[in-house]
Amino acid sequence: MDILQLFVSGAANGCVYGLIALGFVLIYKATEAVNFAQGDFMMLGAFITLGFNNAEYMDLPFWISCILAIGIMGLLGYLLDFVVLRRMFGQSQVAVVILTIALGFVIRFIAGVIWGHEPQSLESPMTGVEVRFGGLVLGLDEIVVIAVTIVLTIALFLFFARTKLGVAMQASSQNQLAAYYMGIPVKRIHSMIWALSGIVATIAGILFASKSSIDPNAGLLGIKAFAAAVIGGFGSLPGALLGGLIVGLIEPFSARYMPAGYSQIMPYLLLVLMLFIRPHGILSQVQTKKV
Amino acid sequence: MNMHSPSLLKIDNLESFYGPIMAIRGVSLQVQEGQIVTVLGANGAGKTTLLKTISGVMDPEKGTVHFNGKAIEGSAPDAVVRGGIVHVPEGREIFPILTVEENLRMGAYTRSDHAEIEKDLGLVYQYFPILKERRQQEAGTLSGGQQQMLAIGRGLMARPKIMLLDEPSLGLSPLLVKEIFSIIRRLNREQNVTMVLVEQNAKVALDVAHYGYVMELGRIVMSGDAKKLAQSKDIQEFYLGAHQETQRGQRRWKQRKTWR
Repeated sequence: MDILQLFVSGAANGCVYGLIALGFVLIYKATEAVNFAQGDFMMLGAFITLGFNNAEYMDLPFWISCILAIGIMGLLGYLLDFVVLRRMFGQSQVAVVILTIALGFVIRFIAGVIWGHEPQSLESPMTGVEVRFGGLVLGLDEIVVIAVTIVLTIALFLFFARTKLGVAMQASSQNQLAAYYMGIPVKRIHSMIWALSGIVATIAGILFASKSSIDPNAGLLGIKAFAAAVIGGFGSLPGALLGGLIVGLIEPFSARYMPAGYSQIMPYLLLVLMLFIRPHGILSQVQTKKV
Repeated sequence: MNMHSPSLLKIDNLESFYGPIMAIRGVSLQVQEGQIVTVLGANGAGKTTLLKTISGVMDPEKGTVHFNGKAIEGSAPDAVVRGGIVHVPEGREIFPILTVEENLRMGAYTRSDHAEIEKDLGLVYQYFPILKERRQQEAGTLSGGQQQMLAIGRGLMARPKIMLLDEPSLGLSPLLVKEIFSIIRRLNREQNVTMVLVEQNAKVALDVAHYGYVMELGRIVMSGDAKKLAQSKDIQEFYLGAHQETQRGQRRWKQRKTWR
């Protein structure tokens, strides 16, 4: 029973990591840049929702706040690529990495100015509700996190596999030059990918903020999600979720069964191990070009 | 070339740069509707750059490209594809982890006439039955020849008026080269697709083409009917590898090209 409880709460955490990792991978696959502000996107999305929803701010209904925040973050992602990142085209990878790190600082600072530095909780309908299965006591929020992640994964899978835009996104990440030749508007597709990863980050943020509290530094969680993405296989969407789950699960278990302090370093220990054993990650898509 | 009918594609004094390096230096050429025009030349002659400039992947520094009487130089690639020019790039450049059918559908990305797209998919499968057989397979697992067929089929899905083919024979066995070129000829005749064919394999290219240009170091140095070009001494010596016997029974060690 104890193990099952740890498993569910670990999986719920893991889903949040997985969703942030998904944002990393989406952008990496499409544009070959790593967005180190992904965690801060998550935090910002959560704070925007909180700003609309919580009683002390605008006090809008929960669902409307979510939809508004998702819309705003999608637009922000799109504009960020359109206005800032498109100008970095042709610059080195390092320049883009540094830009996104700096972007993270800016977002953290702005969030601190608007919403303060105290941890706050999103007042969602699922906070504090308990669900009992036999002897098992689970938070509704944990179940919702897992359910939403599953639904979102299926939706994203269908989007990438079935819609013309989704297949075009895959195509331009696999072979950007060929996508250009086929008349696929690659630049606009990149902006849409940024929008999509902003949306996914916001959903992760809403889930995170309703099951625990959020403050402007919560975005540093992104580092853990980055480790998750590498473990799962950078460049693979299912790998990102799997990596997230692994990191999410290893934390509560190592906190329970190992000496104090180990649970914090376990994700990174696993990351280092993974880089030794299987540098491409668990589910990587590595293909060689035929001549 | 018949100069009385207006040409479908007309290029004048085109100059393109890779950074500071001038890759094509004032190229002019014309393509009539329904023709296969080949551009021959060695590595680094600027053939690929020429095609890239036409398809809008590169912008020219100077010069004009007229398609159907309209200036298209400097347009974005998607506008050029929509206009009816599709570029089948060198080295296939397929989407390796999409299926064969998804690859083909991406060729029709700029179109939204669903019924016609389905019809064209059938047409591509008719010309390349092997692609139909493998339509659910990931394109990266195809052989080189099949990937080349896929690249041509994908280009066809844009329903182009002009197809720019860059080295379709690259890395293929002689048998496959023959097969691919017979399909190129059929597409030209049966579907009335005008072709601009860039090749290093001059023999097959001149065999299939109506008209030919020879490029060297970014310039056009020679042009003419494909048959005449194939018989010219320079082309035979430098591109077709014919050996002339001399009195001593040896090949002359130094032959000057007539255009230098």
